[in-house]
Amino acid sequence: MNPNLNLWLIPVLPLAGAAINGFFGKKSSRQAITIVALFFCGAAFACALWVAARFSSLSLPYQEFFAHWIRSGPFSADFSFYLDQLSLVMLLVVTGVGFLIHIYSVGYMCDDPGYYRFFSYLNLFMFFMLTLVLSGNYLQMFIGWEGVGLASYLLIGYWFTKDSAASAGKKAFIVNRVGDFGFLIALFLLIKHFGSLNFTQVFDAVKPISPETAGVGLLTTIGILLMVGACGKSAQIPLYVWLPDAMEGPTPVSALIHAATMVTAGVYMVARSHVIFERAPIALTVVAIIGTLTAFFAATIGIAQTDIKRVLAYSTVSQLGYMFLACGVGAFSAGIFHLMTHAFFKGLLFLAAGSVIHAIGGEQDMRKMGGLRTKIPWTFWTMTAGTLAIAGIPGFAGFFSKDEILWKAYQASWAYWLVGLITAFITSFYMFRLWFLTFFGQYRGEADSTRAVHDAHSAHGHGGIHESPKVMVIPLVILALLSVIGGYVGVPSSLGGNNHFDRFLGPVFGSTLPAESQNPAIGEKRTSERETEGTEPKTETSTELMFTGISVLAALLGFGLAWLLYYRSPDLPDRIAARFSVAYDTLVHKYYVDEFYAAVFVKPLINFSTRILWQDVDRKVIDAAVDDAGYGAEHVSDDVRHMQSGNIRSYAGWVAAGSALVIAFMVWMGVR
Amino acid sequence: MNTDSLSPIILTLVTFVPLAGAMLLLLLPRRARDIRVFALVVSLLTFVLSLHLPVYFRQPSAGFQFEINKPWISAPNIHYHMGIDGISLWLVVLTTFLTPLCVLISWHSVEERVKEFFILLLLLETALIGVFTSLDLFLFYFFWEATLVPMALLIGIFGHEQKVYAAVKFFMYTMIASVFMLAAILWLYAHTGTFDFVAIRDLITSGAIPKFPTAAKWLFLGFFLAFAVKVPLFPFHTWLPDAHVEAPTAGSVLLAAVLLKMGTYGLLRFNLGLFPEQSRQNAWWIMVLAVIGIIYGALVAMVQPNMKKLIAYSSVSHLGFVVLGIFSFTQAGLNGAMFVMLAHGISTGALFMLAGILHERRHTYEISEFGGLASPMPVYAASYLFIVLASIGLPLLNGFIGEFLVLSGAFQARPVYAILGATGVIWSAIYLLWMYQRVFFGKVTNAVNNSLTDLSEVEKWAVWPCAVAALVMGVAPILWLSAIDSAVHSALTPFVHVASRMVGP
Repeated sequence: MNPNLNLWLIPVLPLAGAAINGFFGKKSSRQAITIVALFFCGAAFACALWVAARFSSLSLPYQEFFAHWIRSGPFSADFSFYLDQLSLVMLLVVTGVGFLIHIYSVGYMCDDPGYYRFFSYLNLFMFFMLTLVLSGNYLQMFIGWEGVGLASYLLIGYWFTKDSAASAGKKAFIVNRVGDFGFLIALFLLIKHFGSLNFTQVFDAVKPISPETAGVGLLTTIGILLMVGACGKSAQIPLYVWLPDAMEGPTPVSALIHAATMVTAGVYMVARSHVIFERAPIALTVVAIIGTLTAFFAATIGIAQTDIKRVLAYSTVSQLGYMFLACGVGAFSAGIFHLMTHAFFKGLLFLAAGSVIHAIGGEQDMRKMGGLRTKIPWTFWTMTAGTLAIAGIPGFAGFFSKDEILWKAYQASWAYWLVGLITAFITSFYMFRLWFLTFFGQYRGEADSTRAVHDAHSAHGHGGIHESPKVMVIPLVILALLSVIGGYVGVPSSLGGNNHFDRFLGPVFGSTLPAESQNPAIGEKRTSERETEGTEPKTETSTELMFTGISVLAALLGFGLAWLLYYRSPDLPDRIAARFSVAYDTLVHKYYVDEFYAAVFVKPLINFSTRILWQDVDRKVIDAAVDDAGYGAEHVSDDVRHMQSGNIRSYAGWVAAGSALVIAFMVWMGVR
Repeated sequence: MNTDSLSPIILTLVTFVPLAGAMLLLLLPRRARDIRVFALVVSLLTFVLSLHLPVYFRQPSAGFQFEINKPWISAPNIHYHMGIDGISLWLVVLTTFLTPLCVLISWHSVEERVKEFFILLLLLETALIGVFTSLDLFLFYFFWEATLVPMALLIGIFGHEQKVYAAVKFFMYTMIASVFMLAAILWLYAHTGTFDFVAIRDLITSGAIPKFPTAAKWLFLGFFLAFAVKVPLFPFHTWLPDAHVEAPTAGSVLLAAVLLKMGTYGLLRFNLGLFPEQSRQNAWWIMVLAVIGIIYGALVAMVQPNMKKLIAYSSVSHLGFVVLGIFSFTQAGLNGAMFVMLAHGISTGALFMLAGILHERRHTYEISEFGGLASPMPVYAASYLFIVLASIGLPLLNGFIGEFLVLSGAFQARPVYAILGATGVIWSAIYLLWMYQRVFFGKVTNAVNNSLTDLSEVEKWAVWPCAVAALVMGVAPILWLSAIDSAVHSALTPFVHVASRMVGP
């Protein structure tokens, strides 16, 4: 019997913080706002640590009923909480990274007039995100799912007087709604066929079903629809377009919501639904292909961007693609491993980028940076750690997780691996490009800091390039440490490790397929691997080592190319861009996808609604018919009115005519 | 005193206290402030009285409660028969909840003919409550038509530029459609000798009416037409935008929140209740119209340059969900339809109040006149956003519960319709957030808007109860659903075989 952990407290604590700051923050001092925001977020983190400490004594999955929510006939959905190894990882990542970013924000947002509003939204986000990861059923997960979308909308449009920010927030919400549409239909299918949305009931009902190898069946449909939802939230093709625009929000928001936590919700949801996906090989293939393509395309766009945050945004899209690739080849724990390390290093990279932006007074264009290495050393060294981690340099966190994904991808198909490898090379290239452009060479910005407002810190007061305050640097250092050592929980056996992470998640993702219907493509390989870990044949280990070597080589090549182009001969990139201007322009304009969507969906829809539906159908057809009927009746009445002329002789005439008619009728009836 | 002893007369009280208040108002001197306070007191008293209903409502119970049945006129045989079940219960409370808020929102916006205004408002309340409590078809028809007069006068006297056109259009359109219902009611009376709803239903069920099978198709259509125009179901909706744009704020609130629900209530109570067979046969094309309404209403709302028209067309879309849910004949679908009725009443009522608040300050509803209002009016902007989120169906607010149940119910019956209807979640986000952005975000482009004042105390008292209700309904829908669920269950009893057939593989 499990003790009552009162998991409901974990999301509700930040909600209380959001409410206090939201209602009373306007009149409170900054100090009070800071204390409230940090206390409630920190308390959630403390609770999460407390839960982690007691975790080994629980019988899993731990479930907790909180309250009834919806009851309709036989269907019910409750507020209930669910804890297993997967939710614990998510819980710790969300509260831990979230708390660090809260601390960082105290420094970053210190001059902003909407300070209370910012922290209220940030706490609100924590509430919804924690609801999402701790939920015991799909519908409560959907609360968090939509709720983080709301928090994202509010925070992207935080500087709402800026039109681009307001538009970006709206775009994020609407594109996410397209994904949610798919998610909802998946839920309807689950209700219709399994009568419940509770994880335990749904998965228990799904477990006896054998894999749908023959074609698209129920589970495949559900899987693909869930993936549509994940594409929206986790910014995958074709719904990734909102994420780069989301960089209009304050940088801590980009770090927390649009890199470390919210955008990984789709990965979490797919991993949570692995029982369904394992039985839907076609849906898994869809996941893998979308992930691979997104990883590659987003990375190529990242090459040509000049805004430091946009490079990181496309990099996030690309890294999320890796996570879906992992899920798609059935390596869910590898996907979650990368989700965790990515939360560390991408959170770090965004915060460090924020620190750079802070240092030079709000400039985000890398062409106006350079040579900052010595001026902001803490930022430089922490960002270096993040860059090494994402580029996959051995020993850093991203190396282990990405390498595991590539290895698992290779086992499914060499094509996934190859695209993944090329993406790794591009990733290394654009990240070191960013690194060189920002920190090396000559400073290319204006000498004084009297430039246009771009971010929170234009009119900072203490002009000149300066290192960020301690409250910002400390989270950087902690995240940098995690980016260095965070990967050692999952060192694969081929490198002499034990892959603790994989083993930890084993009970969650261990194959649930019935023994006689093992899916040879995924299930068998995964189980056999796990069972025989450590006793693998030597050849397997050496192959894996060889592949590791190849990925390291790709990373180093990326570094070398960036070094050549952006350090050794910095005029070369412009010449290359001029030479291949078509390709370069395509990349700068992000393959013209936004323009394409505007031309194919947005404009026709508005024109169609305005001209055809509203002005033609509604006004000229339907309403005109109504008015005409009215006027027609008026005309008829007008004519008939003349009968009542007041003229006695005319009345006599009508009476005579009427009598004649009646007599005629009676005669006719009589004749019959 | 035992308050339960009120039960036999409570429906009479709730229905006619506003009427008595209106009579007393006639006697009051023309001091605007006194009249407002008096109207507020009367409407609040009605609300408090109406709370007796959910408190003493026995659950689970399928039949009608708080019934009163007395002969009224002997020839024709008309009874004063009132009673409510889980379906009408909440519609009554919705009406009594919103009327005091309508008084508050008109506190400063109505300056001329104050007395007439509040008399009409209270008369309207009595008529609306009467519609939901009557169980005698004649009585029902009486209240049904009685709603027209005060509403048409509210639009025609207190409206804006084209008020007379809108009032006449509203009156004529819905009145003419109602004539068909009257004909159907008279046919039923001629063949049964009673106007009593329960008695007629039992006679129909037992097959005791001789010519019923041949006439049923036409009777069904007679009722349907009256209700479809009131809902309004596409393509009978064009009176709605005109009526809304011209109506004073309180008129719009009651029109959208309650008057339209008379239509969906009628479909549920009379079309499904009396003609299950015909409902089933005609369901497919009615659901087609509902789905068209959902999408069409949303797309036309999206491109409206006028805020009030936008909200009016969004009502067409939301009411499409209700009709879709009703004609799915599933437990979830009908529960959801009921819940959408209530949720739409709260959130669209509040949206009309918010639009009215802006109109009071700027005398226009044109979206392009605004922009950047979040800076001068932060509290207003926050309240508006909250209601917008409720309206686009954010989970934990009221809109989500109803839409989710409707769509999941419709999906069990006819998946394709539900999938098309579910695109509504995308459309509603587009038209509301786009409008919100144009009104509130960006810099203030029109200098006049810089000096706009934020919500006043009275306005807060009018809008915030709706926001609280939206939140409570979203977090604890079970408070409402428990009564609805059993009423819907019994309403669906004649359809059980239909439903079970459709749920199958």
